[in-house]
Amino acid sequence: MSAPTPTSPTRGTAGGTTLRRRRRGPRTWLAALPLLAFTGLCFGLPLGAIAFGAVTRTDPGTGATRVTGEHLARSLQGPYLDSLIGSVQLSALTALLGGVLGVLIAQALVTSRSTALRSAALTASGVLANFGGVPLAFAFIATAGISGVVTQLADLTDLGWDLYSFTGLAVVYLYFLTPLMVLVIVPALDGLRPQWREAAQNNGATGRQFWRHVGLPVLAPSLLGGFVLLFGTAFAAHATAAALVGGSVPLVTLKIADALSGNVLTGQENVALALGLDMILIAGLVMAVYLPLQRRSARWLR
Amino acid sequence: MLSSTARRGAAVLLSAAVLTTLSACGAAPDPQQPGGAASGDAKGKTQPGAATSAADLGGMEALVAAAEKEGQLNVIALPPDWANYGEMVKAFQAKYPKIKVGGENPDATSADEIAAVKSRKGQKRAPDVLDLGIAFARSGAAENLFASYKVTAWDKIPGSQKDADARWYNDYGGYVSIGCDAARIPNCPQTFADLLKPEYKGKVALNGNPTKSGSAFGGVYAAALANKGSFADIQPGIDFFGQLRKSGNFIPVESTPATVEKGETPISIDWDYLNAGYAEQFKGKGVDWKVSVPSDGVYAQYYSQAINKDAPNPAAARLWMEFLYSAEGQNIWLKGHARPVLLPVMAADGTADKDAVTKLPQVQGTPSFPASTELDKAKATLAEKWDKALS
Repeated sequence: MSAPTPTSPTRGTAGGTTLRRRRRGPRTWLAALPLLAFTGLCFGLPLGAIAFGAVTRTDPGTGATRVTGEHLARSLQGPYLDSLIGSVQLSALTALLGGVLGVLIAQALVTSRSTALRSAALTASGVLANFGGVPLAFAFIATAGISGVVTQLADLTDLGWDLYSFTGLAVVYLYFLTPLMVLVIVPALDGLRPQWREAAQNNGATGRQFWRHVGLPVLAPSLLGGFVLLFGTAFAAHATAAALVGGSVPLVTLKIADALSGNVLTGQENVALALGLDMILIAGLVMAVYLPLQRRSARWLR
Repeated sequence: MLSSTARRGAAVLLSAAVLTTLSACGAAPDPQQPGGAASGDAKGKTQPGAATSAADLGGMEALVAAAEKEGQLNVIALPPDWANYGEMVKAFQAKYPKIKVGGENPDATSADEIAAVKSRKGQKRAPDVLDLGIAFARSGAAENLFASYKVTAWDKIPGSQKDADARWYNDYGGYVSIGCDAARIPNCPQTFADLLKPEYKGKVALNGNPTKSGSAFGGVYAAALANKGSFADIQPGIDFFGQLRKSGNFIPVESTPATVEKGETPISIDWDYLNAGYAEQFKGKGVDWKVSVPSDGVYAQYYSQAINKDAPNPAAARLWMEFLYSAEGQNIWLKGHARPVLLPVMAADGTADKDAVTKLPQVQGTPSFPASTELDKAKATLAEKWDKALS
């Protein structure tokens, strides 16, 4: 992207902030110490514990602990591998769909002149984005389950609708992922200055060209950030899926629950921890794509 | 939600850490005194935590006195609507008003119970008594988590249903049954073969995921027996449910009292005592719940009772066990449509509640139980193959 000259003053200020920040470096670091300690305690410790459990095995009889790669290997085989793949597929698909829908709704809100609509939609999004778990699952069972109200009225079953499948689960996930995307992306869309559009129009750009060369490149990191957030939310969701599909859609969170807390399988705790570690690695990989791009967005949307 | 998984994992590990620290700095003395000492001189010598029978403490009266002195009993994973446990706790409380029963996490699984025992070792909040799936009773005994205690009725419990060292013994059980809402289903299925009929499309459910729920596991085992499988070969059962799923008859939603009442799971494969309980619970609410034990797949399973070795209230724990295995306690389970382990003996000596016996779902044939190795093999197969068959 060719650097537009009008923004260079902005960049100057940004440079200045960096300079100042650098000078006050050590003291800022001290101020962050409680946060770092908190993070270390609340994230580092469990992570260490999970990693430790994933690579060791304690013999129930003797109590001796030894290091082994067997749990990690098992977590990447057979049904466990299928569940990881299933989770990634479902999360990627729902994050993509939820992201696109969310952006379209958010753009409609931002361009509409009605503040009442805007605040109502944002409040609703705030509520719906947090409406997950068993209540949501049961709401869907009651409306779109096999004997659900909507299913009966519209004869959905004859049209091939099955709530207890991959598709059904994806629809349920969209119910809370789309509002989440709206919440995340509205501020970014607000940050797109009308002047940029006017400038583009003055230079003879069409609407499509504006989005292609200005709008989307500026928004890209925010869009990707939203996608990452949605992916993470869907990837970690457990209760909704547990109540809806049991074992018929393989998901890693369900597998962890089965191995950790059940009435059937014994001695699977370490495999569950290994699966947890796999999940953290996947989330880490996704974040690794997102972070460098987010740094770029800070330059434009302030 | 990621954090909840992480938290759980952390809790397991932290508890493991705590456990090792605790056991390092002086484990509680645990002299395994053989029972049978004369009640007179045993009194005051045997600590409740080491008593292997009521006689060790000087008889039932001494046990009651010791339990009342403790004044507390911690139970876990006892849902009030499961096998009449609500009445069980109430009756115990009424009989021994000085002992407060603290119930915790009624919907906990066996794995949660074992985790609670391990993570709260040495704490006052640790559970005293456990109601476990058979696999967890066996693995817990192997990990030396349970106290050895013989209730008064010990000799009457069949040998195949108890641990030789009295660390666990079966308490109550039931058969895999097919519950069916006759108000919604014109012809209720009687056998596993019936379930394949096209008229049951989108109607058949299990009580959970068989890799997690004991009753759903029983359902798959029974289906295996109905389809030329055996205790050693659960695969036909998995194939059966795969076939049900493909035909659209099976819905993977977990049947609960709520889904039964709403009609979302009009046919539910579950323990007969739960299904029979639903019949009573939903009478007059538009649900006409019929229960049948399928003749082609007869499978019975019992749960087991155990005492935490480090129970904070060891005497109360033992008194609870005595209560459960008294005619009174056994009849309370029976009233909840569960089959208490002493039922055959009680039917013979006339102490069984006859009314409750006639209300039990009818069963043809006699139950047999898989051996430990067969059970392990079946579980491994199930964990490996279930998802594939269903998706």
